[in-house]
Amino acid sequence: MSRLGGLLRWETAVTALLIVVFAGGAGFSPDFASNDNLSFALDDLSEIALIALPMTLLVVCGQVDLSVASILGLCSALTGRMWDAGMAIETIIPVVLAVGVVCGLVNGLLVTRLGLPSLAVTIGTMTLYRGLAYVTLGTGAISDFPFSYTDLATSSIPGTPIPYPVALFAVLAIATGVVLHATGIGRSLFAIGAQEDAAYFAGIRVKRIKLILFVVSGLVAGFAGIVYTLRYGSARADNGLGLELTVIAAVLLGGVDFDGGKGTLGGVIAAVLLIGLLRNLLMLNDVSTEVQSIVTGLLLIISVLTPRLIAVARETRGRRAGARSAASAAVP
Amino acid sequence: MTVLTESPARPGGAGGPSGGGRRLVELVLRAREMSILGGLVVLVAGTTIANPRFLSGQGVEDIFLNASILVLLAVGQTMVVVTRNIDLSVGSVVGLVAFSAGKFAAAGDHGVMVVLLFGVAIGLACGLVNGLLVSFCRVPALVVTLGTLYVIQGLGYRIAHGQQIGAAELPASVLSLGNDGILGVPYLPIITVAVMLAVGYYLRSYSSGREFYAIGSSPEAARLAGVPIRRRVLTAYLVSGALAGLAGVLWLARFGTVVADAAHGWELTVVSAVVVGGVAITGGVGTVYGAALGALLLTTIGSVLVVLKVNSFWQDAITGVLLLLAISVDRLLALRVTRALRQRSLESAVHRDVAEPAPRRKEGRT
Repeated sequence: MSRLGGLLRWETAVTALLIVVFAGGAGFSPDFASNDNLSFALDDLSEIALIALPMTLLVVCGQVDLSVASILGLCSALTGRMWDAGMAIETIIPVVLAVGVVCGLVNGLLVTRLGLPSLAVTIGTMTLYRGLAYVTLGTGAISDFPFSYTDLATSSIPGTPIPYPVALFAVLAIATGVVLHATGIGRSLFAIGAQEDAAYFAGIRVKRIKLILFVVSGLVAGFAGIVYTLRYGSARADNGLGLELTVIAAVLLGGVDFDGGKGTLGGVIAAVLLIGLLRNLLMLNDVSTEVQSIVTGLLLIISVLTPRLIAVARETRGRRAGARSAASAAVP
Repeated sequence: MTVLTESPARPGGAGGPSGGGRRLVELVLRAREMSILGGLVVLVAGTTIANPRFLSGQGVEDIFLNASILVLLAVGQTMVVVTRNIDLSVGSVVGLVAFSAGKFAAAGDHGVMVVLLFGVAIGLACGLVNGLLVSFCRVPALVVTLGTLYVIQGLGYRIAHGQQIGAAELPASVLSLGNDGILGVPYLPIITVAVMLAVGYYLRSYSSGREFYAIGSSPEAARLAGVPIRRRVLTAYLVSGALAGLAGVLWLARFGTVVADAAHGWELTVVSAVVVGGVAITGGVGTVYGAALGALLLTTIGSVLVVLKVNSFWQDAITGVLLLLAISVDRLLALRVTRALRQRSLESAVHRDVAEPAPRRKEGRT
């Protein structure tokens, strides 16, 4: 029960910080809270937010997928290459999504069939997929996408400040939240993350679930590749370089334990929004990209350091309280 | 992986099946280094047949010069990975040190030793931050060093401000470190080989060196055995940081012209080199010599692609495949060896049962 309280407190803290940043930003710069800017800030988050959904499931399950940004880059490069070859977007999208699925399948099979650590596997495939992206498109860029498609990625639902990719994210987020927190599959994810052997002996199909998660992660990363390409109107092999770090920072900042077994999707979504608002604020105030990179790094460190420090503090307090109660029990 | 290092150490079975098990394990480990060496020889021979100029004096010297810096980083990374941790910040440290040491050398016209000390000190400071966070705050190494990668990279860019340092600004003594040598052998490979031998000897022959492997094999067992885990992990990060600092100065000396993102993305190349060289990412297994061979192999592949006029974009993809291949083969071999060892211990158990009746009574009870 006390653990549940702690978790709630962590997410409340992130949400409170989100509100503080929002209020502070609105006070600091009048442009910040405008509909246009908010819709831009949200749209700018699309890929990170989308990929954070399957990443949350993976980290809860004790796994990690570092290859997502490379899959995004590969899919972006493929989109450009096929568009350049004169294919229709309607054919390109399913092909690219299939490539994303295959990428995820390779990760998943290496992890489940060979029993390799997901960290090592996805460092390898991260290099491999990025390399394939460069092989596909070289260092050039393809940017003659028609407005009818790029508009789809940047414009908002009429009458609201919500861009289409973000609306899609909202739908997927609800679905993911239901799966993680309201179904047996979700419970088994937590079980696998907490104690994999125990989950296996309890009859949970550990390998199949992990494989499906990696495939979904690949699929979503591939889709994010299409969104990224259309949003910037530019297909490049180095699209989304380093994006996996921001996604992992968001997931950990959202209170998901890197060792698995703990976390909620609500926390992750709050953290994604927090990171998005911070980046937008820094950009509005003309803070250079190097400071943004320092902020991302510090956020990542703080997001893992704080829970550990809290745990240590609670442990020592608990020990002291235990000693005190033992002493008071001994007196009479 | 842990099975590999623990199973043979069964007392009482001297000369018997466990001795054979030890030989088998050593053979497999040695086979890894041998197979990389074999792969290197085949690669070099094949390329030389395709283009005889590949094996010219200049070509070989270039490979060794390019490999030296990567090998240095791989040696530091090995110490960290052996303890079941990882240091992803090395690429950023090299960039930061290369630029700030260049600025330092250019501004004060310092001698080469001072510049080296300056670079190593910055590297040590970065290693100290990583090491304290990982060992004392017990935060996952991957996440911490990803974070410091970003922070150090940002600091480097901030110091550089888009400038670059040219060879003309640097003192001659610094440049001579990168371009001259003793008896025709350049300084860079000499420094790297000296560091590699020193670290290799320490890890193999000192009891505190063995403790690095103990921590990686089983942290819990190491703790119970009284290994000072925090101090050893901190040491590993300090060594990795210091060597990254040294590599940064060598980078400056070799290339002369330096921008802030000097070794951008190298952390993954270093990790790939280490893993290809047979250091298990799960800790406890591997040598600096294997890691150095892995680094040499990756560098050679890069040169081969250039010589064979293959698009250099393939290099990343090939590195990725090699890494996946290395960990897959490791895993399959480990499974095979475990099965073989279990077979042998079963056989020996049967032998013992025949010789002395005591264990049979135990069996009867179950």
